[in-house]
Amino acid sequence: MNNSLVVVVLASGVLYGTPLLYAALGEVLAERSGVLNLGVEGMMLMGAVMGFWTVERMAGPTPLVLAAAIGVAALAGAVMAAIHAFLVITLRANQIVSGLALTIFAGAAGLSSYLGNDLNLAGKPAKHQFQEVFPTSWQDLPVIGPIVFGQSALVYASWVCVALVALYLTRTRLGLNLRAVGESPAAADAMGVNVSRYRYAHTLVGGAFAGVGGAAFSLSITPQWVDGLTQGAGWIAIALVIFAFWRPTLCLLGAYFFGAFTALPFALQGHGVTVAPELFQTLPYVATIVALVLVSSRAARLRFGAPAALGLPYVREER
Amino acid sequence: MRIERRLRQPWWLTVVVPVVSIAVALVLSGVVLFLTGHPPLKSFRRIIDAAFIANGALTETIISATPLIFTGLAAAVAFRMNLFNIGGEGQLYSGAITGAAVGLLMAGSPSPLIFVGMIVAGAAGGALLASIPALLRAFFSTNEIITSLMLNYVVALVLEYLIFDSHSYLRDTSGFEANVFPQGKTLPDEATWSSWTIHGLVLPLGFLVALAVAVFVWVLYSRTRFGFEVQVIGDSTRAGRYAGMRTRRKIVAVMCLSGAIAGIGGASQMGDFRHQLDPRGLRDASYGYTGIVVAALARYNPFAVVLVALLIGGLTNAGFTLQGADFPAGLVGVMQGLILFCALGGELFVRYRVRFAW
Repeated sequence: MNNSLVVVVLASGVLYGTPLLYAALGEVLAERSGVLNLGVEGMMLMGAVMGFWTVERMAGPTPLVLAAAIGVAALAGAVMAAIHAFLVITLRANQIVSGLALTIFAGAAGLSSYLGNDLNLAGKPAKHQFQEVFPTSWQDLPVIGPIVFGQSALVYASWVCVALVALYLTRTRLGLNLRAVGESPAAADAMGVNVSRYRYAHTLVGGAFAGVGGAAFSLSITPQWVDGLTQGAGWIAIALVIFAFWRPTLCLLGAYFFGAFTALPFALQGHGVTVAPELFQTLPYVATIVALVLVSSRAARLRFGAPAALGLPYVREER
Repeated sequence: MRIERRLRQPWWLTVVVPVVSIAVALVLSGVVLFLTGHPPLKSFRRIIDAAFIANGALTETIISATPLIFTGLAAAVAFRMNLFNIGGEGQLYSGAITGAAVGLLMAGSPSPLIFVGMIVAGAAGGALLASIPALLRAFFSTNEIITSLMLNYVVALVLEYLIFDSHSYLRDTSGFEANVFPQGKTLPDEATWSSWTIHGLVLPLGFLVALAVAVFVWVLYSRTRFGFEVQVIGDSTRAGRYAGMRTRRKIVAVMCLSGAIAGIGGASQMGDFRHQLDPRGLRDASYGYTGIVVAALARYNPFAVVLVALLIGGLTNAGFTLQGADFPAGLVGVMQGLILFCALGGELFVRYRVRFAW
């Protein structure tokens, strides 16, 4: 039963969806503050390479090393996001161009590749990697075994993060202020909220999440380092944020939906059905476009749409 | 410290700021090199040599720059109107597909006819793809950033499907090797675009077409009513509409023009340089995304796009030439990114005055 197509696809959907989930959660936080960061791919790659570097160079028990690696990956992502934040918040640069520049700077042909080569990381298997947490007897339970109990600590941690971010956004004063900053920075400013500080903080935290998402690749999915390891996952995460209407809980569903579509063609091949994987993989993108068109009407946009001030610099004197 | 908006932008700032930005970026790249134990000056000298000075380097740089001129112009055309078409990547693929298909179909026809056919087909392919986000934006006000970005992936996957996973017309199915290592059909010789050699410098047809497109864009945007309306709508859509301008039509027209330019870039890849559809090669080159960077650095001025594309193309070319054990891979991306960061930061000084008052 656990080898049936649905279970296999769902279980690997969770695996492949986890980096997307982390990155998308981070992007939700940044975009909710009004900062569009198209540099997710670059930040993920930096997280992936620095996390892998930590695992290679640090001595100690596996859990400690992995925890440190996640910390370093988060820091690397946050440092990258800080460049973007400085450019778009303090220097009021165009957010789209700055985000793309970040991806070029840090991406597959940029700093992450430079560091990967200079630190001599390429082509080695990871010394430590995330393993399934629960005993095999649990993993053999029908259906929920592989899907729920067959996962690594990164997956369970991501669920906690989803809950925390969701509660933060809708149930705390800080989250309310954050949403105000993203919807109407002028109103938030008048209310006494420091717009720049909120935007900086959430862009940086968003970068940290993206870094962790990248480390999920180099420490869990394909535990090694190669240039461009994430293969465009950062862009998918950006799509996912829109697909999830900027809501963390929907990010969870969306990430596993996107992940399952990555896994489906391979699982089908295992069952003797050959399909062109490429055509399957276009579906999430097409679905995102359709979802976006559906929420484009004025009424729907107010309810589900992007934060109203997304992409716009805030300058107090210029309204 | 106070930052105030400039009422008038002095013209010399638009020249000085980019130059200073690039200088600062070079210094920062030097710091990166120094920190990782590479001698900065020697590395720079090798880059400049490999990009512009060495025998045949300039020819190679033009090859790297040509697609960037197309995608840079494509981005500049749309961004001028605040239409953020970041689908140049996909539109280039799309133009490559249609361009290659026409090149193969017209085998046996006279060469000039094939060239024209491929250029028209490439433009049509790019424009067709761009029309999707354009129409969605014009009639449903769907955000074109995301839709055009998503289509990049869709087309990239379709391209892979055509070459790797189907028996399409574009795939080479002759012979044993072609079946094991899938690749695109090679275009016939008569579909290879001409090139001219001047003092050892090879000018491919695509490069000349790119220059012609740059002139066309400049004339269109600074000498015609169409261009004037585009800029008004770009500055304020409402003002444009009140003045009786057809904003929806303009959105579709500009977006399709942008896609068409990127599409010709794709056709030029087929006719000038690659001669067969190569999904991985096109994707790794990521001309579309780099084109946006080129356009931004050039401040959306078509002639500056050509210059910046030559600069960035030179860097890319140097990266290819120097790739090896003693030359850090990824340095080129780092430098391109730093140049962009500095240029973006420098933009502040063009638009604003920074006063130090205590």
